[in-house]
Amino acid sequence: MRDVAIVAFAQTRHTDHDTGLSEAEMILPVINEVKERTGLQRFGFTCSGSCDYLAGAPFSFVSALDAVGAWPPISESHVEMDGAWALYEAWVRLQHGDIDSALVYGFGKSSLGDLRTITTLQLDPYYLAPLGLDQLSVAALQAAAAGVDRAELDEIVRRSRADGRGNPYALDLPEEVPDGFAVEPLKTADIAPITDGAAAVVLATGDLATRLCPNPAYIRGIAHRIEPHYLGMRDLARSTSAAEAARAAGVGKGAVEVAELHTQFAHEEPILRRALELPGDTVINPSGGPLAANPVMATGLIRIGEAARRIHDGTASRTVGHAASGPCLQHNLVAVLEA
Amino acid sequence: MPSESGALVARHVLEFPGGYTRTTGPVIGRFLTELRAGRIVGVRTAEGTVLVPPLEYDPATGDAVTSEYVEVGPAGTVTASAWVHEPRPGHPLDRPFAWATIKLDGADTSLVHAVDAGNPKALAPGTRVWPVWRQARDGQITDISHFAPEVTKIVSQVRAEYRLQAGGALGVFLEGVGRGVFIGGSCATCGQVYVPLRGSCPECGTVITEQVELPDTGTITTFAINNLPDPRAPEVPFVSAYILLDGSDSPLIALVGGVPAHEVRQGMRVRAEWIPREEWTPSMANVRWFAPTGEPDVEL
Repeated sequence: MRDVAIVAFAQTRHTDHDTGLSEAEMILPVINEVKERTGLQRFGFTCSGSCDYLAGAPFSFVSALDAVGAWPPISESHVEMDGAWALYEAWVRLQHGDIDSALVYGFGKSSLGDLRTITTLQLDPYYLAPLGLDQLSVAALQAAAAGVDRAELDEIVRRSRADGRGNPYALDLPEEVPDGFAVEPLKTADIAPITDGAAAVVLATGDLATRLCPNPAYIRGIAHRIEPHYLGMRDLARSTSAAEAARAAGVGKGAVEVAELHTQFAHEEPILRRALELPGDTVINPSGGPLAANPVMATGLIRIGEAARRIHDGTASRTVGHAASGPCLQHNLVAVLEA
Repeated sequence: MPSESGALVARHVLEFPGGYTRTTGPVIGRFLTELRAGRIVGVRTAEGTVLVPPLEYDPATGDAVTSEYVEVGPAGTVTASAWVHEPRPGHPLDRPFAWATIKLDGADTSLVHAVDAGNPKALAPGTRVWPVWRQARDGQITDISHFAPEVTKIVSQVRAEYRLQAGGALGVFLEGVGRGVFIGGSCATCGQVYVPLRGSCPECGTVITEQVELPDTGTITTFAINNLPDPRAPEVPFVSAYILLDGSDSPLIALVGGVPAHEVRQGMRVRAEWIPREEWTPSMANVRWFAPTGEPDVEL
């Protein structure tokens, strides 16, 4: 395997509403920020992650390429997934050995439609979507199956909001947590907020990495695993795919100082913590995590970026970034980063 | 178009008018065909487990499933559930309901569907549920309208009709009411005055021979606020009270009206409110209710 490192990370100051900027306009500042930080204007490979259904426009990622500058022609790809999977594709592409840098970005404006029902469109069209199962309903089924203690969930929500208020990029969610069920046992406060935003990462290999960044965050392990889509065919109380991805990425081969987990619902944190076998002293989501800002399709990439940032600034030497996709943590990606 | 805030805002709809046509393939097609016929089937995997709903490949091994279909259920056991307090337009039920994973009898996996459970506490894991079928079925997962818990209670209708005749003392009393007076009886032995009139003293057994006319004023000794509708009461809640007519020793049961239910109290002075004289019959219906007189309360 070639050593691949995250050498730059940038994210928007996420908003809880549509500012009216187009996707390309929203992405542009973060692309420019990582270009400035690395000094690179061109990349061996470019890959993005987004979802056309958020804006309701086919191939919306193509117009977003305006922010990148695709002429003369660039080598580019896209995943209809969170930007974390775009990072995975770029990492694989860098393993080919013929290029030494890649630009990865993810973006989404979930304020434009009703995210709760838009996500119904991702479900199996024969058995699940016709029932009108929405994002919060499937999450509530997993919350019920997991049966996490309410006090533990309240503490996760409280901590995430407090950390988010300390993170200039996350939303300022009030200390006072609203009460009430969305879909019982899921409480309104357990749900990641509707957020618009974007993030970008630059990957580099070998000597280039050390030239571009004083403290590159090396990807020592990265893997993703998926499990059956149909909710009735899995044990919703645990995440088998996250556990297998963590084993494949080598999470347990050393201490984990910080883990940034893609928890769109409070109950997902204890499920993932168990799946990744994170020790009690691992700091979870010091950025506030998705419960403090959830720009869908960038949220997972931001987890990896935030994990890298701790290594860039020298506050940690081994961190984990996690991204999830699909209903009830169906698909999980785990990246282990080291100084 | 400019919105109220001056921003340029437009509505945008993404839609396949008439819906998007999908082929089912043989496995899902078989399941949906059986549903249309009112049966739920699973498919047996090479390992011998039964997948419900059937998939073309065993998610545990990736192997193609066998061609053996097994009828399951129709009842099953809830493994997990979530309660929808506010149903949304696309949901199967328009009243609060539960989502549940349901392990149908004979299946090794769980089906996800809605359960009409009544309240969020009614669907603990282990609860048995049965499908409620749609009348007109066309081969969709929604051919099962929803599931419902087992039948544990029914509502019995109880009604019988009788013909009652007021002879004796009651007849004398009602004849008095028909003239606008309350007729009681005074016991010659113990002196107690009873209204309505009785044939004998319930205390000492003496035959009562002395009739007394009592006024239509009295005092509330106790009362009840009734929240269940009653054909004899004008509205809910209504107050029924024991009213001790002046000069009587035994209270009469009657409605209290002309006052909010929460203001009725023991010791309150009341007077009968009679319906118009031309409508009088030998019946207590002559008295609409007793209403407060406004006099000071009486110490009981």
